[in-house]
Amino acid sequence: MADALRDVLITGIGIISCLGEGPEAHWRGLNEPSSTADTKMFAPNMVHALGRVDFDKQIPKKGDQRQMEPWQRIGTYAAGLALDSAGAKGNAELLGRMDMIVAAGGGERDWVADAAILSGLAKADNPDRFLNERLMSDLRPTLFLAQLSNLLAGNISIVHGVTGSSRTFMGEELAGVDATRIASARITAGQSDIVLVGGAQNGERKDLLMLYEFGGYCLKDEFHTVWDRRAAPGFALASLGAFMVLESREHSQRRQASPLARLSAVAVQSGTRHPGSIEASLERMWTELSIPDAGTAVISGAPGTEPAAAEERAFLARHPDVAVRATGSHFGHSVEPQFTMNIAVAALALNYGKLFPPFDATGVEQPMTGVLARAVVTGVSHWRGEGLALLEPV
Amino acid sequence: MAQLRDKSGRPIVVVTGMGVVTSLGAGKTDNWAKLTAGKSGIRAITRFPTENFKTRVAGTVDFVPVEPMSAPALAERLAELAIEEALAESAIGSRGSFPGPLFLAVAPIEIEWPQRQELAQASGTNADVNYDDLLRAAATGRFRHFHERFLFGSVGYDLAEKFGTRGSPISLSTACASGASAIQLGLEAIRRGETDAALCVATDGSINSESLVRFSLLSALSTQNDPPECASKPFSKNRDGFVMAEGAGALVLESYENARARGAAILGVVEGCGELADSFHRTRSSPDGKPIIGCLHNAIADAGLEPLDIDYINAHGTGTPENDKMECLAVTAVLGDHAKAVAISSNKSMIGHTLSAAGAVEAIFTLLTLDRQRIPPTINYAVPDPTIPLDVVPNVARDAKVRHAVSNSFGFGGQNVSLVMGREPAA
Repeated sequence: MADALRDVLITGIGIISCLGEGPEAHWRGLNEPSSTADTKMFAPNMVHALGRVDFDKQIPKKGDQRQMEPWQRIGTYAAGLALDSAGAKGNAELLGRMDMIVAAGGGERDWVADAAILSGLAKADNPDRFLNERLMSDLRPTLFLAQLSNLLAGNISIVHGVTGSSRTFMGEELAGVDATRIASARITAGQSDIVLVGGAQNGERKDLLMLYEFGGYCLKDEFHTVWDRRAAPGFALASLGAFMVLESREHSQRRQASPLARLSAVAVQSGTRHPGSIEASLERMWTELSIPDAGTAVISGAPGTEPAAAEERAFLARHPDVAVRATGSHFGHSVEPQFTMNIAVAALALNYGKLFPPFDATGVEQPMTGVLARAVVTGVSHWRGEGLALLEPV
Repeated sequence: MAQLRDKSGRPIVVVTGMGVVTSLGAGKTDNWAKLTAGKSGIRAITRFPTENFKTRVAGTVDFVPVEPMSAPALAERLAELAIEEALAESAIGSRGSFPGPLFLAVAPIEIEWPQRQELAQASGTNADVNYDDLLRAAATGRFRHFHERFLFGSVGYDLAEKFGTRGSPISLSTACASGASAIQLGLEAIRRGETDAALCVATDGSINSESLVRFSLLSALSTQNDPPECASKPFSKNRDGFVMAEGAGALVLESYENARARGAAILGVVEGCGELADSFHRTRSSPDGKPIIGCLHNAIADAGLEPLDIDYINAHGTGTPENDKMECLAVTAVLGDHAKAVAISSNKSMIGHTLSAAGAVEAIFTLLTLDRQRIPPTINYAVPDPTIPLDVVPNVARDAKVRHAVSNSFGFGGQNVSLVMGREPAA
């Protein structure tokens, strides 16, 4: 059944976050952990903001940049880094048959326009007519295209020429898990040879903060690392872009690509939650994938919300020999692309042959003493669904 | 002994249940009767005031009550109706338990103006409301229900729970090709052998003032409001844009083997699917039509067919000057001389453009066309466009021999998907 030629390899990663750009910057940041959340920009909320980025480096045409809003620029930039890393940039023949699955939310709104309309609506004699008039005059046509979820993929096609196929999955954290799962399944089944997978989020948005604030999921007032938020659970939104190139072993060998790691399995659980169900579903996936505890590191996507964090902690407590690192402490929570970002981090660790140090005072994260043999990425959504990815050396 | 695998050795994938809701009505029977009678579902918008808009018509679904009204709430209800019809026909699984995954095409979701206003009021700020006020109101915990309602996964999770689909529900968007992408994902999952069945659904209930303005600002919509039923004019020389519409389509896809084993009626076969993205522009096709041409070639090849085997094309046919010109160019390039012998009609002339739902709604109408051997017309075809010399089945439905049909879906962001469908192979 298992055909090694159809193994799924990670042959490129492109990551950008508050830690910087590319593998080296991220590895450095993960090894020298510090609080990177900006607590002032949207106080009392906090976000992991992206520093200055020279978008020209991956999006050469200013006209293209103008047509995008930040989340699309971040994603298109990260996709370009991934294609560079895979040695695929500019290879028209390869890009023309490269598949793409993007995990996306929606684009930013124009806060100023929204606020002006809301203020006027309260005083308007004819609110409906007022709304119509202001929408006609205040909405920018490009903003609509920036809001459409599938237009990150569209921009990647335009800027980088990835056109084999283009699909966009929505649905918060699980969109990232399912994008990876289906890309991987298509490669294993021979339906695809090479896929660009990932997504982006601009966390520096009051409209996005509002969406998660409805449910009480935002981290406030004071930064704490992920496992240390029991008193005040929540996540700090991240501005972050993460893409990877997945490829069959056969295809990567043919074009002499340099694989970073093998994506051995992707599993997902979904369904209505009840107390204990997150812990149980993580355990079920772990068992189904026959993952040994010794030599395993977990790169956790725990957002820091409850009950997700407590149940993931309970699951991890059953596996005391497993070393754990929650990346939300380092670069925040990016929702859709978080799973891809953490797969990239796991691939980096496997490449360096070691794990980065703990960033946690609660004791969940311990130094890893043995050899790093494999890495598991967890993706527990803040509201529905759980995902798991297993990465092994090539 | 029936052939259960296709020429490439993959499981043949059939359709055993279909459900549809459009502005013409709920259910296949009603829709098919009106479609083949050349009736239009387009009417003046009454859901919100439109007097100062250039476009004042749409194919709204007004006969399905939803409270409180929002785009995801209506989309979810329309999807439920379509799924219930499809499941009743397919008789697969049991109530609340569908033996396969859900692939859902759904429009991107966001908070709408009524909610924003509710938050502004709750913030207690009387003048100069800003997002800090809204955030403060959000932090009160009084609006928890907005969180789930306006998450992108909300419609998919609700449907997965209600109908008991397996695994993680996939919510997807490929803009106006979304419905076809949902079918494509189901087709691929069955071909991989991951599942014997998939529930492929597409829904859109997003006609509100802001969405209308957005498309209007891109000059994408027809402004010929009077009479409403004549606004959508695909392939006509005087076409001036598409007409927004709502609807939902649901298909039960199943391996032929599984369907036969349980004695299900076979409504049609999803023979192939093709895709190719366009890197030319965010809203326009590459002028040489190569991506659409490649998409059509990929679909026909995936079905193991030749262009000559295609008898009917269910066009994307939006009625925008650009789309219809490019679709004609691509069809002509792919079919060559055979193009003149192929009927090509646009359901959108009657139901408008159901956006995220279009690919699935029109796939269902294509399967009905194959089943009934009768082609719904392109209505409002009064002024032929000499640059589109195709048989658009003008104004009146017609009986025809249709063995294999293509349904095209193209969307903003360079999305192109074509489905090839056929009839149950002779035993």
